[in-house]
Amino acid sequence: MKLTFTQQILAAKKGLSEKEALSKLAPGNLILVDVDTAMSNDVTAPVAIDVFEGSGCGLCNKDNITFVLDHFTPNRDIKSAQQCKRVRDFACKNGVKNFFDVGEMGIEHALLPEKGIAKPWAVMIGADSHTCTYGALGAFSTGVGSTDIAGIMMSGKIWLKVPSAIKFNLKGKLNKGVSGKDLILHIIGMIGVDGALYKSIEFSGEGVDSLTMDDRFTVCNMAIECGAKNGVFPIDEKTDEYTLVSTGKTYPRFETPDDSAYERIIDIDLSALRPTVAFPHLPSNTREVDEVNEEIKVDQVVIGSCTNGRISDLAEAARVLNGRHVKKGVRTIIIPATNKIYLEAMEKGYIKTFIEGGAIVSTPTCGPCLGGHMGILASGEVAVATTNRNFIGRMGAKDSYIYLASPATAMASAIAGKLTGEKGLEEEK
Amino acid sequence: MIKGRVFKFGDDIDTDVIVPATYLSTFDPKELAKHCMEYTHPDFYKTVKEGDIVVAGKNFGCGSSREHAPIALKGCGVSIVIAKSFARIFYRNALNIGLYILECPEAVDNIKDGDIVSVDVNTGVVTNESAGKSFKAAPFPKFIQEIIACGGLVEAIKQGKYTD
Repeated sequence: MKLTFTQQILAAKKGLSEKEALSKLAPGNLILVDVDTAMSNDVTAPVAIDVFEGSGCGLCNKDNITFVLDHFTPNRDIKSAQQCKRVRDFACKNGVKNFFDVGEMGIEHALLPEKGIAKPWAVMIGADSHTCTYGALGAFSTGVGSTDIAGIMMSGKIWLKVPSAIKFNLKGKLNKGVSGKDLILHIIGMIGVDGALYKSIEFSGEGVDSLTMDDRFTVCNMAIECGAKNGVFPIDEKTDEYTLVSTGKTYPRFETPDDSAYERIIDIDLSALRPTVAFPHLPSNTREVDEVNEEIKVDQVVIGSCTNGRISDLAEAARVLNGRHVKKGVRTIIIPATNKIYLEAMEKGYIKTFIEGGAIVSTPTCGPCLGGHMGILASGEVAVATTNRNFIGRMGAKDSYIYLASPATAMASAIAGKLTGEKGLEEEK
Repeated sequence: MIKGRVFKFGDDIDTDVIVPATYLSTFDPKELAKHCMEYTHPDFYKTVKEGDIVVAGKNFGCGSSREHAPIALKGCGVSIVIAKSFARIFYRNALNIGLYILECPEAVDNIKDGDIVSVDVNTGVVTNESAGKSFKAAPFPKFIQEIIACGGLVEAIKQGKYTD
């Protein structure tokens, strides 16, 4: 097979044979593609709705539109409330069934896979940069802006530049306490924040088998942080297990692309990876946490977000906390990404562990990740967060500092009151 | 023809820097403009004038999908952003809302903060009038030129020009 996973999805969508796709879907070509789902949220949907209504056109297909009110919800202020109302009214008036409001919503990139809206072989376009998450299921998914969503509402289609691709050939298995977050931070540190600009990053090799679906979601979620258009994992037994629950079905596999389909191939030995942290103010500014010798005092820890708010992330955090208490003065905020995850965490006892250990547990929201609400940083404060960006002012004051880490490292830091990995915690005992 | 004073920025200028997320409860260009670059360049909004030009390094506009970022720049009066490269979502958003952008690494290396620069958007020729040097950016692909010629994505769709 001479087509990458991404090209195989686009070829299937456009009804092209491998031979036809080799010319029509050559990297760099501009194409129009039918969209299975166009998603937007309380920040991006109001702009899309304004542009769409201003066009005077009708809604092409109300069933391929999804709205999730997750960023500044439950409404943080009157302006946010108005934004949500705008989306709610539009959804109601137009009979948009995939509309998720407080009570049904979750963080969009955890919710859409859970609801079976994101699925293998689908073309998923979202007005949110982390829409690339769904590549974990073998979808083509990428982020765009609001006007692009308005364009899909009008036409059902999106224009795309066919991306060239980098293949990550994964070998070995992750060690205990090392997760998908450490893998993607390692990759971003290696290739830089524009290392895959305009390209796909695709994952292959025997190492894929050992990565859980949650690991894969985390990895694809942060594809954008190295500039990638999308990230894709192959469809395998783990995908089957997931989609049997979310959609009641399994899906055909991709064919294995020849190495010649890729612009570059990078080998990664998963067993060699160590817990990794991105220092302020770029996700590429990575270091292995156990190699950090300076003492970095922590004011706040956030465990959640579209990157790491899934059940295995909470399980890792609970495993590390395990009857201990977070350091006095470290505000530890846990945010299950959806209500389903929240409930499962409750049934498994994680919520009890968190609360007894001095953390708080919030309703699903993007909230603090983008400095919206539910945990804003003051001037000079430091956070260790399982979120995806540590840009200047991302979580609050312009002179606050964010260290991106896995749930295990974030919880270890909450317990120690300073940036540390699990290993550092054991050494202190 | 565009002509203006240059405000020069470095590499990887992200959307949280262009307009912090906390201000995203509105998409009014004048409101967003007030917060454009406020964390890193607090004087930008006060000094930038209608028609001025932003010149930046690689990966301009990385980060979030917020269309509010090009809207804020446009709201400040910025006429065009010339960069070594753009993050892909910012690139789409700028074209979609009618903010001119050009990728021209050579021009970026030869333009200083405060220079007066003119740009012919039809030919892609960038002239640093302060230094008396000209550079040529690669033209947009035909498909994108058509969208620009229609006046943006929405008009292109309405005019039936949205085909491949």
